[in-house]
Amino acid sequence: MKNLKFRIMIDKFFIILIAILTFAIIVPLFAILFYVVKQGVSVINWEFFVSLPAPIGVKGGGISNAIVGTLILIFLSAIISIPLGITAGIFLSEYNSSRLSNYVRLSTEILQGIPSIVMGIIAYIWIVKPIGRFSALSGAVALGIMMLPLVVKSTEENLRLIPQSLREASLALGVPYYRTILKVVLPASLSGILTGILIGIARVAGETAPLLFTAFGSPYMNVNILKPINSLPLLIFNYASSPYHEWQRIAWGASFVLIVFVLILSLMTKGLTRKWKTEF
Amino acid sequence: MNNFLKISLLVTGFFTGINLFAGSMKIELLGAGATFPYPLYSRMFDVYAKETGVRVNYQAIGSGGGIRQLLSKTVDFGGTDAFMFEKEMKEADGKILHIPTCLGAVVVTYNLPGKPELRFTPDIIADIFLGKIKWWNDRRIQAINPDVKLPHQKIVVVHRSDGSGTTFIFTDYLSKVSQEWKKRVGRGKSLNWPVGIGGKGNPGVAGLVKQMMGAIGYVELIYAMGNDMPVGIVRNKSGNYIKPSIESVSYAANVKLPADTRVSLTDTDAKMGYPISSFTWLILYKEQNYKNRSRERAEELLKMISWMIHNGQIYTKPLHYAPLPEAAVKRGEEILRTVTFDGNPLLK
Amino acid sequence: METPSLSRSNGLVRDTPLTRPNISSKRNFPEIFFRFTLFLSGIVVLLLISAILLTLILNALPSIKAFGLEFLSSSTWDPVSGKFGSLAFIVGTLLTSFLALIISIPFSLAISIFLGEYYKKGGLPSTLGSTIELLSGIPSIIYGFWGLLILAPIVRAMEMKLGIVPYGVGIFTASIILAIMIIPYSASLGRDVINLVPSELKEGAYALGATRFEVIKKIVVPYARSGIIAGFLLSLGRALGETMAVTMVIGNANFFTLNIFSPANTMASIIANEFTEATGKLYLSSLIEIGLVLFLITAVINFTGKWIINRLDIRGSKK
Repeated sequence: MKNLKFRIMIDKFFIILIAILTFAIIVPLFAILFYVVKQGVSVINWEFFVSLPAPIGVKGGGISNAIVGTLILIFLSAIISIPLGITAGIFLSEYNSSRLSNYVRLSTEILQGIPSIVMGIIAYIWIVKPIGRFSALSGAVALGIMMLPLVVKSTEENLRLIPQSLREASLALGVPYYRTILKVVLPASLSGILTGILIGIARVAGETAPLLFTAFGSPYMNVNILKPINSLPLLIFNYASSPYHEWQRIAWGASFVLIVFVLILSLMTKGLTRKWKTEF
Repeated sequence: MNNFLKISLLVTGFFTGINLFAGSMKIELLGAGATFPYPLYSRMFDVYAKETGVRVNYQAIGSGGGIRQLLSKTVDFGGTDAFMFEKEMKEADGKILHIPTCLGAVVVTYNLPGKPELRFTPDIIADIFLGKIKWWNDRRIQAINPDVKLPHQKIVVVHRSDGSGTTFIFTDYLSKVSQEWKKRVGRGKSLNWPVGIGGKGNPGVAGLVKQMMGAIGYVELIYAMGNDMPVGIVRNKSGNYIKPSIESVSYAANVKLPADTRVSLTDTDAKMGYPISSFTWLILYKEQNYKNRSRERAEELLKMISWMIHNGQIYTKPLHYAPLPEAAVKRGEEILRTVTFDGNPLLK
Repeated sequence: METPSLSRSNGLVRDTPLTRPNISSKRNFPEIFFRFTLFLSGIVVLLLISAILLTLILNALPSIKAFGLEFLSSSTWDPVSGKFGSLAFIVGTLLTSFLALIISIPFSLAISIFLGEYYKKGGLPSTLGSTIELLSGIPSIIYGFWGLLILAPIVRAMEMKLGIVPYGVGIFTASIILAIMIIPYSASLGRDVINLVPSELKEGAYALGATRFEVIKKIVVPYARSGIIAGFLLSLGRALGETMAVTMVIGNANFFTLNIFSPANTMASIIANEFTEATGKLYLSSLIEIGLVLFLITAVINFTGKWIINRLDIRGSKK
């Protein structure tokens, strides 16, 4: 039987160790944010947001096309993934234990785990080759497929949280089933679903790998989805590995913008949960 | 819920409208390939867009990428410093033309305290990149650089991680000057490098060399100069130690050009020529009517290339590229005149 | 008609209005259309994953036919002679991912225990939890960027002191970045599982005179063991598939190495580097085959992790 004092000492030591290790994680987080903010803030000015990237050796230049590109890609991938994702989520939650739904659930899990670079390969083979050209559309397809499982899972989980009593009350009042789902259950779980969508958007906004051989990048402003397009992560990737000081500065600035964007989405998620969540 | 649907339909409709409208606007040419001439091209295309309103989107993904994308017909033209081999051209669905746009030098750049200017012989370069010479103060390097006190520093080799024409030029040279290199590694855009780490594109290699003490790599001249990095003086075939410059590169280009302009300039016979010089080319299809290309698009492409080999040449020297010699410009014009649309030559 | 029970599934078909046999509105059009759309969406998802797998296999066929199993055992990657073998990249991927996992374990466990056991409620844990979630929200490209410009020089300086070739980039640096990226995943799952440990078990141990540490060591962790392991498996899956952050700091060297301070390449980074320029059908097909292998490995690992979690759910509700 070990000495009591010794055991108490170990106990105290342990919690200190745990605390240290836990707070240690803050160090790299802080380091990353610190550098991005420090290097990025100095680059940010109005010109940065509205001008196009400049060629090497020419001063100035901005990230306007990358911002627009990211927004367009997000919008397109949302169009691709949200309708299908929500519908599939409803399917999974309502047809809970059927054979088909088990397979679908399995597929969703697998989809979620697909490495982003493999998604890029798929989008290249499915869209870029047949069309014959790089395009925002192909990038959006890759991103959309990546976002899909997140939407599906979020929908399914949030629908499951709605108790049967709500559904039954609506049915008891004579509301047909499909309207019950669409007009009663779905809106009740909307905050949760939207949270999942926002998380998906945040994830997809920062993706680079699938865009490498689909969206391709562009030095120009482009709103045509059948043409190549630039995006914030692509720009950061291209500029970061260059030796030009000018370009690296711009990359920091773009990183700053990207992180702020992701942070805003994060905060929106928290706000949504607080404001719209229906309690049962 | 209904409102939400209405709004999203509106936005989507608006978007589609813009896209359809935008699609009918000015032609934007797509190109991809070599990072070697990228600083020059980005300048040229910037000027060209201002002068003519035609935008050119060139992505520097490496010569290998340029060739691949042209073969896949996903771009209008490719950029490459490694001219295509017969075997590669056979894979293409159509005849491919090469048009030189400028001359450049592949330089050996390194990171040593004090940024000394070092001399290199061909066999030393080969042995460094083969991993046989591991230290900077190796006897052989010190022997030809008597005025420089070389540090006892490990040599870190940096090469390209992507498929590169710059690599091709460099290894083409090494294969000519070192039998061992030719046997063990060979020449190509992507290789089985015996040692070293890879950087993406010319910028990647320059970046890595710049950050690592003792590193050595090969890049196009402008990438070393633009980053204030030292450049090696290389001994050429005639035994002279030549510094890479516009003049020494132009000397190296003083060769007979074949009709299709596919020629290697490395290990030049020219007495004062820099031994690792090269043309860089634009590649395009001879028959421009493929995959629903419009005649207008093909014409714009030719106009752009023609501009590049004529008016665009004034932008070469300020960026440390050598302009095309007369003979090359003439050849380029001849080749452009053979480009057809539906069998009929486009340029009158 | 009996009112259906509100209880959870008893294992058979769940009692939802859709699956109950005699709904009179079944015959009307909107209802049928709705159910049809739901089915269709499920099928589309299934088709999607099958199409992806099929595409990968079809396009990898030329390479599979040419090299067979040797593709997995050869480390020669030679575009010039057309010989391709992926061993170097498989090893690179496994090394970086497992090393990242090992580095992340102490931190992730600590966070799980801290937030799941010591400080479950209140402002501090919630802020801490959000901070850690923030870590998982940072795009991977920014990790790579930061790794290249800030972490690599630090590693370089460290290597110089140790007398190793100061690449700065390489397996070690990539593993550190990966570890930072995957900690939130296993930490949040671990925290949830540890939270669920029934208090009766813990209180029983306290009643017998155990210290907090002993309770954690002998009761909490063993009970939550499967969940914790599942969390690690998920982290591993994430690490295996990570592309951008790794590509920027791995050093891009295509040879087989077990030296963690050496540059290398992973399956994901070789695809990112060479895909756009692979000339030649075999080259491209080999890269796609690597994509296929990567897909299969991550699928298996993710699936195992999820399966363990699912088993836990059922076990948890069988109280």
